[in-house]
Amino acid sequence: MSELIEVNQLTKLYGPLPALRDVSFRVERGEIVGFLGPNGAGKTTTLRILTCFIPPTSGFARIAGLDCQEHPLEVRAKVGYLPENVSLYPDMTVQRFLAFAASAKGVARSRRSQEVERVVERCSIKEVQSRIIGHLSKGYRQRLGIAQALINDPPILILDEPTIGLDPAQIVEIRTLIQELAGERTIILSSHILPEVSQICQRILVINRGQIVATDTPANLTSQLRRTLQVSLQIEGPDAEIREELAAVEGVLRVQPGDGPASYLVETDRHGDLRPELARRVVGRGWQLRELRTREVSLEEIFMELVTEEGAREEMK
Amino acid sequence: MRGFCPVYGKEMYRIFASPIFYVVAFIFLALAGYFFYSAVAYYSLLSFQAGRNPFLGQQLNLGEMVLEPFFGSIGIVLLLMVPLITMRLFAEEKKTGTVELLLTYPISDRGAVLGKFTAALSVVALILTGTLPAMVVLSAFTTPPWATIFSGYLGLVLMSSAFVSLGVLASSLTQNQIVAAAITFGALLLLWIIGWAQTLAGQEVGSVFVYLSLLSHFESFTKGVLDSRDILYYGLFVTIFLFATLRVLESRHWRA
Repeated sequence: MSELIEVNQLTKLYGPLPALRDVSFRVERGEIVGFLGPNGAGKTTTLRILTCFIPPTSGFARIAGLDCQEHPLEVRAKVGYLPENVSLYPDMTVQRFLAFAASAKGVARSRRSQEVERVVERCSIKEVQSRIIGHLSKGYRQRLGIAQALINDPPILILDEPTIGLDPAQIVEIRTLIQELAGERTIILSSHILPEVSQICQRILVINRGQIVATDTPANLTSQLRRTLQVSLQIEGPDAEIREELAAVEGVLRVQPGDGPASYLVETDRHGDLRPELARRVVGRGWQLRELRTREVSLEEIFMELVTEEGAREEMK
Repeated sequence: MRGFCPVYGKEMYRIFASPIFYVVAFIFLALAGYFFYSAVAYYSLLSFQAGRNPFLGQQLNLGEMVLEPFFGSIGIVLLLMVPLITMRLFAEEKKTGTVELLLTYPISDRGAVLGKFTAALSVVALILTGTLPAMVVLSAFTTPPWATIFSGYLGLVLMSSAFVSLGVLASSLTQNQIVAAAITFGALLLLWIIGWAQTLAGQEVGSVFVYLSLLSHFESFTKGVLDSRDILYYGLFVTIFLFATLRVLESRHWRA
């Protein structure tokens, strides 16, 4: 069996409110998958079901062929989990806490201190290992959270918002750490910040309002969802006429004012490149063409589009 | 029962890391010392009087006049102190969110509940051993009835286990430690005094109340009577409340 995580038609109701609706996906061995969605989309709920913390209302989640509800202890032994907000015992020292995690995960007594030392070095928290968790900075706490997830070397890591609340330098640190951890391991991480996910993950699952809206690689997601191509132009000439002329070109969907003065944003459909045609028209009319370029749609915009579109469709129902 | 040892160790560490334990132990031992002193002082006063009145001398009984009131008062102090030890067990973990970490480790619910229960009980037992020097002091002046002392302490430990089991349940019901302590204290006090309703209720109902009462089962221990019914009562009490705690923990699986 090549897939390690299998989620099938997962539905979770909180009272009458659905937090997840028919969520299905698979994660192969060794993949890094990003779970992306706005707050309250159902990311944490899905991850909690995968770690057997809560059960689904219907559907099932399997890890390495084991059902999360029927074999919770076996599944948990295979998963290293970093919960949202990384709540750790504030009155324990780092070493004590990791030793507890090691014994809870069933590491043999003789191997425990060795195992703790390994994760401490792996996550570079050696300098704080004898300090009390409550006194650690957010960045260290986050790394400690990852360190405890790594104990007993689980084949699967589930990280819920691993970089939330960190400063940019710390985010880079955590990101490199996660990338280093990949390789043999399967990693699922959730986030509501796109660039982060697109940099770490090989595949993105976009979730919104409890449903998977899109699944693809970051690159494919960009090209596939770029239904329109935007061309930005800067032209000197009579405004109204320019607009009219641009709109008359075949394939142009919309002409909007651009970012600066005398600039226009032309939305075209994706069939063919309209840039030569646009340039010819403008020059033919004797206007000054100062700038002509296509505009890349950022991942953020796609994300927004996916999320709002889904919302709008929902409201129409 | 997977996870008992790690949870037990962690709870012991956390109890000793918090100031609650030290404050509770200090107050408990100070009060116990006072109760012991006053019982002994009263006893010695009567002993002096008995020197002039041989009839009174026959009435004097160390077990009845020192040990029984001493164990009785300690029981009441425990009633006040145990909720403070047990209130954080689950409530704090729920409040801070660490319960998510704990319950996603490969630990069975049963291991977690028993680990926490045993840790809190060990701590209460440890505080109780702090009163043993009083018995040593007693043995310097007289030959104390060791069997009664043993049965009294056994009674205290059994009753503490009942208190702790109820405390664990209350703590699993809420995120708020104060609420947990209040529930524990209220329920324990009710179960402590429920036997007093015997005179108000009819004979049958009254005897049920007496049987339910934590106090009436404890009293025989302080007299030096080991009754299997009392031991069974505390055993059942603990089993029921720990079982209920397990069900509460499990309720996250079916509650939305």
